[in-house]
Amino acid sequence: MAMAEEAGMFVVHQTIGTVLCCKCGIPMQPSAANMCVNCLRSEVDITQGLRKQVIIVHCPECDSYLMPPKTWIKCRLESNELLTFCWNKVKNTDFKKNKIRGVHAEFIWTEPHSKRIKVRFTIQKEVIANAIFEQKYIVEYIQHEGMCHSCSKVQANPDQWVAVVQLRQHVSHRRTFFYLEQIILKHDAAARAINVKQMSEGIDFFFANRSHAIKFVEFVGKVAPVKSRHDKQLVSHDSKSNNYNYKYTFSVEICPISREDLICLPPKVAASLGNLGPLVICTKVTNTIALMDPLTLRHCFLDAERYWRTPFQPLLTCRQLVQYYVIDVKIVSSEVNVRGSSYTAADVEVARLADLGTVLYAKTHLGHLLKPGDYALGYDLYGANTDDAELDNYRGLNLPEAILIKKSYEETRQKKRGKPRPWKLKSLNMELDEPKSRVEQEKVNSDYEQFLKDLEENPDLRFNISLYHNGEYQPSEMGTVTDGEDVPSVPLEELLADLDLSDKEVEDYCMEE
Amino acid sequence: GFFVGLQFENSCEIGVFSKLTNAYCLVAIGGSENFYSIFESELADVIPVVKTSIGGTRIIGRLCAGNKNGLLLPHTTTDQELQHLRNSLPDQVVVQRVDERLSALGNCIACNDHVALTHTDLDRETEELIADVLGVEVFRQTIAGNILVGSYCAFSNRGGLVHPHTSIEDLDELSTLLQVPLVAGTVNRGSEVIAAGMTVNDWTAFCGSDTTATELSVVESVFKLREAQPSAIVDEMRKSLIDSYV
Repeated sequence: MAMAEEAGMFVVHQTIGTVLCCKCGIPMQPSAANMCVNCLRSEVDITQGLRKQVIIVHCPECDSYLMPPKTWIKCRLESNELLTFCWNKVKNTDFKKNKIRGVHAEFIWTEPHSKRIKVRFTIQKEVIANAIFEQKYIVEYIQHEGMCHSCSKVQANPDQWVAVVQLRQHVSHRRTFFYLEQIILKHDAAARAINVKQMSEGIDFFFANRSHAIKFVEFVGKVAPVKSRHDKQLVSHDSKSNNYNYKYTFSVEICPISREDLICLPPKVAASLGNLGPLVICTKVTNTIALMDPLTLRHCFLDAERYWRTPFQPLLTCRQLVQYYVIDVKIVSSEVNVRGSSYTAADVEVARLADLGTVLYAKTHLGHLLKPGDYALGYDLYGANTDDAELDNYRGLNLPEAILIKKSYEETRQKKRGKPRPWKLKSLNMELDEPKSRVEQEKVNSDYEQFLKDLEENPDLRFNISLYHNGEYQPSEMGTVTDGEDVPSVPLEELLADLDLSDKEVEDYCMEE
Repeated sequence: GFFVGLQFENSCEIGVFSKLTNAYCLVAIGGSENFYSIFESELADVIPVVKTSIGGTRIIGRLCAGNKNGLLLPHTTTDQELQHLRNSLPDQVVVQRVDERLSALGNCIACNDHVALTHTDLDRETEELIADVLGVEVFRQTIAGNILVGSYCAFSNRGGLVHPHTSIEDLDELSTLLQVPLVAGTVNRGSEVIAAGMTVNDWTAFCGSDTTATELSVVESVFKLREAQPSAIVDEMRKSLIDSYV
C-alpha cells in the first residue's frame, strides 16, 4: 500500500471496520487478539507466576539492606537506592524467567514501622502473537531484621580493633604532633580510624581493617620522615575453614629532628653531605629534612631513608631557645634565595636579654630580618653546657657564641596578649591520656601556643593546613598602634569560612600559595 | 441450523478436516467416529456424507474446493481416492483432478454456487477449469491483504464471513462481487482463519468447539441460518434437475 502511494497511484482510503468482541460482543476495532481489552484482561493474567511477596533483610543499626550473599546497601525508606534495590531483587529472578519487561516502578506509602515496603510495578509481556499486554501489579517486600556483619562485630566488642598504627616521636615537645594533626585533618586521612588515642610521646590510631592502616602509614610517610615496622598477632583461628584472625600493629617512628633544631652532624654524615659545617639548623621537615649551615648559608636535604641509616639527635631544641637583643647588624653578603626562602648573611652584635651586659659576636643568616633594636631567639652556645658526644668528635672546632634562629615578636605580642586570634584550628577527636601533672599540662599548652605563633609567622607552614574563620573574633575598634612593625598575622583571605554543615565542601576553596 | 462444539481429535479447526457444500459433504477419516457421526446424523438423509482422504492426508478441507456442480482435487490425489469419490458422489457432481502448482486448493479458492474468489497467482488454465467445472464466475482477490482467500473467508449463497481486519471499502467491494451480504468477524475465540474454524452451506453451519456465543450469533445472522430448512432448498434443487431432464 505504501509503495503504491509512493508510485503516485490512486489508493482507496481504507477505513477499519468494527468487529464484535468474540467474548462479550461489544463492537470494537479488530486487534491481534480480536477480544476487547476488558475481555483480554480477564482472560490473560501476565502476573501469574510472579512473586507478590518478597523477603528482604534489613540491619537496624546501620539502616542497610542485604543484597545476597554478602553486600549491604545503605538506603533510606522511599529513596532511589531502595527502589533500585527492590527492582533488582525482582528483575533477575522473576522477570527474566517469564520474559517480562519491566517498564515502571513506584513506591506505595506504608507505615515506616510496619516493616513492609510496597512497590507498584508496571510490566509488559507479549501475549497472543505480537500483542503486547501491559499490566500493573503490587509487590510487597517483607522486611526481616538482622544485623549486618560489621555492626555485629562492633556490638560484640566496640573496642575491637584489627590494626593499630602507633606514631611515636621521642622528643620532649609535641609540636610535630600538632602539625601532623592539622595535616591529617586537612587530608582526612584518619576518616577510617575507629579510635584515636593520645599517648606519651605519640598517638595511636586504631583501624578496623588492615588496608586502612596501611594507607594511613603511607600517608604519614609522605608528610614526615618516618621509619616503620609491622607485626601481627594471632587472635583466633578456625581450622575447618582455615580462617585466621590477626591483630596487626604498625610501629611508626618519626625522626626526632624538628624545625629550628640545632644539630651537630656526625662526621660521616657531614662528609657525605659535602662537608657541611658540623653545626646546622634544621629549617624544614617534610618527608625530607632540610638542613642549613647558618654560617655559610649552604643547605641540603636528607630524606628519611638516609637519615635512618645514620640517625642523629639534635644538639639543642626549641626549649633551649634564649631571647637576644640585637645591638648591631652588618650585612656581609647579598640576599640568597634558598628554595623559596631568602637569607642574608650578616655579622651581628647581640646580648642575651637575661644578661645585657655581655656582648656576643655571631654570624647569622637572618640579616634581611634583623635591625638594631630587634629581638631575636637563638641558641646560647656561649653559655650552654653541651655534653653531646658528637661535638667531642670535632677537635678544634670553633663554636660560635650564639646562633640566631628567628626574630622574636615577644614585645609586640605582649600588647596583644589575651585578645583572641581571628582564626582557629580544628582538632582530631582524640582520647586523651590520664590527666598529667600541672607542670606537664602547662608545657603542652605553651607548646601549642608556640605552634600557633609559628603558624602566624611562617606562611609556608600554613600551606598544608586549613585555617578557619573564628566567629568570636572582632577586629578591634582602636587602630592598631604600630610600633615600627606589626605582629605577623594570617591574612584574612587565607581563612576558610567555617561552615556548620560540613568542612569538606569548604576544602575546595583551599588557598593556593 | 448450526452446530457448535465440534472437535476433530481435540482440534477445534474443523474446516480443515471437512468440506461441506449444498450437494455433498466430505469428512476426513479420524481416529474416532464422533466427528463423522455428527455430520451423518444431521445431513445423511439429505445429502451424501463421504469419508475420504486426499493424497493420503486428512486435511481434506484445505486441499479441495467444490460446490454443488463439481469438486476440484489437487494433483496429489491418488487414483483410488479419485475413484472412490467419483463413486460416492452424485452423478451431477463433476470430480476433476487439477494440475496446479498451488495444490492446497481449499486455501486458494473460496466459492459458492455462483461466484468464486481465487488466489492471485493461480494459473490461467486452472481458472478456466474452475469456471468450467464449478460453473462459477472467477475473481482474483485478496482479503485484508492476504492472498489465501480460501482460508480467510467462508461464504455460501446466503451470506459470508471474512477476516476481521478487512476494511469497510474492501468489504463493500467483495460484497458487490459476490452479491451476498458480508461481515467481518472471527471464529474459535478470536481466530482469524475463518474457513479453517467453520464449514457452512446454505442451511447448516458447523463451528469449532472454541467458538463463543457472540461469534455464533454473528454466524447465524450473516448466513441466515435461523429459518433455513434443508428440505426447501433441496426440493428446489431437485426441481431444477427434473426440469433439465425433461
